[in-house]
Amino acid sequence: MTRPTPETLAHRVTPATVAAAVNTAPVATAPVATTGAGALVRSLEALGVEVVFGIPGGTILPAYDPLFDSKVRHILVRHEQGAGHAATGYAQATGKVGVCMATSGPGATNLVTAIADAYMDSVPIVAITGQVSRSAIGTDAFQEADIQGITLPITKHNFLVQTPEELPRVLAEAFHLAATGRPGPVLVDIPKDVQQSQTTFAWPPTLDLPGYRPTLHPHGKQIREAARLIATARRPVLYVGGGVLKAGATEGLRKLAELTGIPVVTTLMALGAFPDSHPQHLGMPGMHGTVPAVYALQKSDLLITLGARFDDRVTGRLDSFAPDAKVVHADIDPAEIGKNRHADVPIVGDARHVIDELIAAVSATAGGVEQYTAWWNTLNELRERYPLGYEEPTDGTLAPQYVIERIGELVGPDAIYCAGVGQHQMWASQFIRYEKPGSWLNSGGAGTMGYAVPAAMGAKVGRPDTPVWAIDGDGCFQMTNQELATCALEGIPVKIAVINNGNLGMVRQWQTLFYDGRYSNTELGTHKHRIPDFVKLAEALGCVGLRCESKADVDKVIKQAMEINDAPVVIDFTVGKDAMVWPMVAAGTSNDEIMFARDVRPTFDEDDL
Amino acid sequence: MTNKHTLSVLVENKPGVLARVSGLFSRRSFNIDSLAVGETENPDVSRITIVVNADSSPLEQVTKQLNKLVNVLKIVELDPVQSVQRELLLVKVRADRAQRGQVLETVELFRARVIDVAPDTLTIEATGNPDKLDALLRDLEPYGIKEMVQSGLVAIGRGSRSITTGPALRAA
Repeated sequence: MTRPTPETLAHRVTPATVAAAVNTAPVATAPVATTGAGALVRSLEALGVEVVFGIPGGTILPAYDPLFDSKVRHILVRHEQGAGHAATGYAQATGKVGVCMATSGPGATNLVTAIADAYMDSVPIVAITGQVSRSAIGTDAFQEADIQGITLPITKHNFLVQTPEELPRVLAEAFHLAATGRPGPVLVDIPKDVQQSQTTFAWPPTLDLPGYRPTLHPHGKQIREAARLIATARRPVLYVGGGVLKAGATEGLRKLAELTGIPVVTTLMALGAFPDSHPQHLGMPGMHGTVPAVYALQKSDLLITLGARFDDRVTGRLDSFAPDAKVVHADIDPAEIGKNRHADVPIVGDARHVIDELIAAVSATAGGVEQYTAWWNTLNELRERYPLGYEEPTDGTLAPQYVIERIGELVGPDAIYCAGVGQHQMWASQFIRYEKPGSWLNSGGAGTMGYAVPAAMGAKVGRPDTPVWAIDGDGCFQMTNQELATCALEGIPVKIAVINNGNLGMVRQWQTLFYDGRYSNTELGTHKHRIPDFVKLAEALGCVGLRCESKADVDKVIKQAMEINDAPVVIDFTVGKDAMVWPMVAAGTSNDEIMFARDVRPTFDEDDL
Repeated sequence: MTNKHTLSVLVENKPGVLARVSGLFSRRSFNIDSLAVGETENPDVSRITIVVNADSSPLEQVTKQLNKLVNVLKIVELDPVQSVQRELLLVKVRADRAQRGQVLETVELFRARVIDVAPDTLTIEATGNPDKLDALLRDLEPYGIKEMVQSGLVAIGRGSRSITTGPALRAA
């Protein structure tokens, strides 16, 4: 960065030019004098940031002063974890980089869970934290925490800014790193005195990332090898992960699937990447996947893995996962390839390029759909025999699956659904039909309870014209519902369906199945004592609170919520506590041991193959 | 047969990079046998020499994970035959007048050097590959080793080609 001389500065910088620069998004600006904080806010503007979720505090205060005048919207959350998940929800719903901001010490450490969550699900967010002044670092100063050290293993990269001059470059690098390659969270820690120091701001800066070169284009030889395997396979499966959504490759995926006639499974992170209504879609694989999807992977002779990572929740016991399958594994992150499962054909590249090139290569080798006839016959039979479903509770309570199914039916495929973690999340993945990319947000890798409310808030901010429904549990909801106050005050009308079974339902399910029904510390009292009363809580937080306790009222209450668009709505769906998520592959067991329902193992007729 | 591999990792010479590299090893449960770090001919670049004990598949994974670190520029595995590998050993050995002659003989034999003398001890400096230093230590042990300190291994490829121009280790 060239530093202007005092003479040039004297006639360039006036209050008017500073104000003009603050209020317009500069694509390229001549150097202007400002503070580190000013440079930070101008950089955010130049990077096209629309919104920052955060809470001010001692060491980030200097940044909040120029932010006050900026066109960047700041949404004052109630807890920094909410800021982090909101940034994640915003990023997942829009595909842009989400931004959260916090002060040093506890402000920064409160972001940690959300950063770890974004890291596990490869979500592009930038977290900006204040730090104590440079001279105080390492002295255990008030509200000091080594947030760079703390977030080392849960960020794609992080920075401790040393001088105000480097701020524009560091921020541009942070956004570039977050959004490109395999996306992920990046943290920028800025000491207070760096924010206060005088500097000059110029844009654009030159990025200096000599060690960062993501491979976007796949190797032609590997693509041809993959096409060759596809041409000879008899039982292939397209095993699709979240990378396909992140690459914006869903149209290509559909083309590839229809061109080849190969069955598709979409992981929890990939729901919406391939329409649920498509006849080639077998559903979700994994611990609570559909029988046909799990079976297809197990019996496959070729897994065409696109932007997925052989997570333990998908593979079950790894040494018995898809034992007869050759593996084509395409991922933008070379470290994912061969990590859990050997790849016969490793392909490093962006899913969009990989899929486009696979389409071209497969068209050239044209195997023909009819070679999979026997395979489809088997899978179709399984689909008929083992559809997703649930039993009506015999005790007269409301079935949670029914509630979620009706929300999906009435709200439709154009909305965004955002789940917490647990039984309700699995039912939301099973009983809502996802037709479009970006319509399903959840915490897949980290499994962060409390994700849904703030993530829904972020999603609604990013896509204000789209209905956003959070499907939450009564356990999850109590972890982050404070952000409903933010939603109420900031005009963010999300809908929160609390699937209230009075318990930590998924843990309770495991206690039922694996701990002889010894329900140690899973009863929350939200049924027995109605503490808290979610309707009253919603009202206290400035939301509309509704309650539904019977099957007959479900549609009516959902429709009532759909009509309210000037305030957030919370619905307390009081449901039975004994419903369980099926099918299920118990943790640590083989996918071959999948249970269709309690004590019901599907029978696979090997002669069908 | 040992599974030791010597990795030369070129990194940006910036604060905290060593912590990123060493942290990655412990986090992903890979064991480091030795680690040495220093500046290179380019002051913007540091070179970390890491000896890891791993099978080829975990080694590939650790290399890929290292390559993901933004500050890592290049990773090269140095073949023990095609490279020169050295460690530095400083060792304080008990050696009174009666034993001194024998100790000095050992020092001579291993082309080590005496760098400090006290009435009852000798301090010896030796460089070499780990096998040679192990052998030296075995010979000195009977006299009584009072204190010793060892550097991490450093290694450089043989021949005229330099690590900065040669091919990087990019598995898969």
